[in-house]
Amino acid sequence: MKAILRNKWSYLAFGALLILLAIVPFTPRLDDYTMLMTFIAINTMVTVGLCLLMGYTGQVSLGQTAFYGIGAYVSAILSKTYGVNPWLAMLIAAAATGVFAYVIGFPIFRLRGNYLAMATLGLVLVVYVLFRELGEYTGGPDGMAGIPYLSIGGLAFKSRLAKYFLVWFFCLAILLVSQNIIRSRTGRALRAIHGSEPAAESVGIDLSRYKIKIFVLSAVYASIAGSLFVHTLRSVNPQPFGFMASVMIVTMAVVGGLASIWGALFGTAVVRILSNEVLLRFGGLDIIIYGVILMIVMILVPQGLFVGLRDTYERWRLKRTRKGAVT
Amino acid sequence: METGQFLQYLVSGLTMGSIYALVGLGFTIIFTVTGIINFAQGEFVMLGGMLSYILFTSFGLPSGLAILLSVVAAALVGIMLYLLGIRTARKASAVSLVVITIGASIFIRGVAGQIWTRDPVRPPYFSGSESLSFAGAYIQPQVLWIMGTALVAMIVLHVFFSYTMLGKALKACAISRAAAGLVGIDARAMALIAFALAAALGAIAGSVMAPHTTVSYESGVMLGLKGFVAAAIGGFKSHTLAFFGGLLVGLIESLTVAANWGPFQSEYADAVALIALLIILLIRSRRLSTEERAS
Repeated sequence: MKAILRNKWSYLAFGALLILLAIVPFTPRLDDYTMLMTFIAINTMVTVGLCLLMGYTGQVSLGQTAFYGIGAYVSAILSKTYGVNPWLAMLIAAAATGVFAYVIGFPIFRLRGNYLAMATLGLVLVVYVLFRELGEYTGGPDGMAGIPYLSIGGLAFKSRLAKYFLVWFFCLAILLVSQNIIRSRTGRALRAIHGSEPAAESVGIDLSRYKIKIFVLSAVYASIAGSLFVHTLRSVNPQPFGFMASVMIVTMAVVGGLASIWGALFGTAVVRILSNEVLLRFGGLDIIIYGVILMIVMILVPQGLFVGLRDTYERWRLKRTRKGAVT
Repeated sequence: METGQFLQYLVSGLTMGSIYALVGLGFTIIFTVTGIINFAQGEFVMLGGMLSYILFTSFGLPSGLAILLSVVAAALVGIMLYLLGIRTARKASAVSLVVITIGASIFIRGVAGQIWTRDPVRPPYFSGSESLSFAGAYIQPQVLWIMGTALVAMIVLHVFFSYTMLGKALKACAISRAAAGLVGIDARAMALIAFALAAALGAIAGSVMAPHTTVSYESGVMLGLKGFVAAAIGGFKSHTLAFFGGLLVGLIESLTVAANWGPFQSEYADAVALIALLIILLIRSRRLSTEERAS
C-alpha cells in the first residue's frame, strides 16, 4: 500500500515539476528567474548524490564540493587550454572523478561517522588549496574565463533558455536514475546498511562494495554538475568549491530532507531562492536571517521540510481512512 | 637551516598548535557530554577575542576585567545556544543538531559582522612585547601565555573529568545518558554546563590568542576548522589526545612552511597538514572502528 502511495507521489512530483519547468521561462515576470532555476538544477545534482549517500546509506560526506570542483576544473582546463570538445571534456571529467572517488573510497570507508565526516572535509580543503595554488593550470585565485559553451551540431548552448533546458535535462535524468536506484535491489541494500551495518552484513550485503558504489555515483553526479556549471557560466574560480560551499550543500540537502531525493530538490530550491532572492532585500542582515531560518527549520522540522510535509500528509490520510473504517 | 631558525619555526608551530588545542578541547567537552559536534565553537573564540578588545579599548576596562567579562559573555551565548537551539529541538537527529549549530555560527558571525568592521584588531599584550631570546630564537611573552593556557586547560579538564563529582557526572552522560539518568544525573543540566564550559574555554582561547595573532569577526571559521581536526585526532573523546592533536596540526603547518621544498611550501601548509591527518586517521581506523563497536 505504502509503496503504491510513494509511486503515485513520485509521478505526481515529476509531473508537477515538468509543468513548472515548462511554464517558468515563458511567463512574463517569472522568466526573470530562469537563471536562478538553472543554478537550482546544478546544485540539485550535487545534493541528490549527497541524499543517496547520507539519507539512504547513512554515510556522512562533507566532500561533495571536491568532486563538484574536480568536474568543473577538469572540464574547464581540457576544453579551454587543450581545445578538447566540451562534451568529451565533460565525459572525461566524470570518468576521472569516478575513478578518483573509487580509489579514495577504499581507505575512506574504513572510517565511519565523525571520522568519515572529517576525512571527506579534509578532501574538500586539500582540493580547494590545489585549485588555488596550481595557478599554472587553474589560473589561481582569479580562476579562468572564456571557457567554451557546449554545442550540438554547430548550435551552441549560449542563450539563457538553451542553458536552462540543457541543465534541467541532466538534472531530471539524474533524478530519474536515482529514483530507480532507490527502488532496486541496490536501494534496498543501501537502506539496510543505514538501518544496521552488522545486520546488513549478516544477510550477505557487501558493505564496502555498496558504500563505494554509491560514493562513486554521487561523485559522478557532482562532477557532471561541475562541468555544466563551467560550460554555462564560462568562467571558474576556487570560491564555489571551498569549505563554506561544502557546508551549504549539506544544508540544502538537510533542509529539504535527507530521506527523499525530492527533498534534495526542494531543499536546494528553498535555500537558493532564500539566499539569492528573498534575503538580498535585507541588505547586510541577510546572513543573520539565513542563520535564524536554518535553526528554526531544523528545530521545528528536523527531518526536513519536504519529508516533514510528506509525513504529515500520510499521517493525516491514515487517520482519515481509519476513521472511515470505524464508522 | 640554523638551529635558531628551526627553533623559531618550532615555537611558532607550537603556538598555533596550542590555539588549535584550546579550540579542540572545546569541541571535545561538548561532544563527550552531548554527542553533538558544535560548529559554532570557532565563533566563541572569535567572541572572546573581539569582546576583550572592545571592552578594553572602547570601555577602558582593565585588561584582566575585560577578559573576564568577555569569557562570561561567551558562556552566556553558549548557554543561549543550548537553551534556544539544542534543547528545543527534541526530535532532531544528530545531523539536524549539527545543522542547528551551523545556523548558530552563521548567525553569530553575521551579527558580529554587522557590529564590527572587517579589519583585524589587536588587543594589548599581557606582559609587554619585549622578546626573550633563547638559543637563537626569539620568543614573545604572549606565546608563553598561549602555550601555558593550553597546557593548564588540558590538565585542569583532565583532572576535572577524572576526579571531581561534577566531572564524573558529565562523563557519565557521555557513556550512557539513560544510565546516568537512572542514578540521578540530570543529563540536560549537564549538557547546559558543557555548552557554557566549552564557550568559556573558547573565549579564553580567543582573548589569549588575539594579542598575538589579531582577531576579526571572520576568525572563527578557520580556527573552528583546525580545532575540529585537533578534536578528531582525539576521537572527540580524549582531552589529552585533542591537546596533542592541536599541537601536531600546528607543528606540521609550521614545519611545512619551514621546509619550503617541493610540495611542502607555505601555500600548501593547510593541505599538507590535512593529508598528514588523513593518514593518521586511516592508520588508526581499525582501532577506531573497534572502539565504536564496543561503545
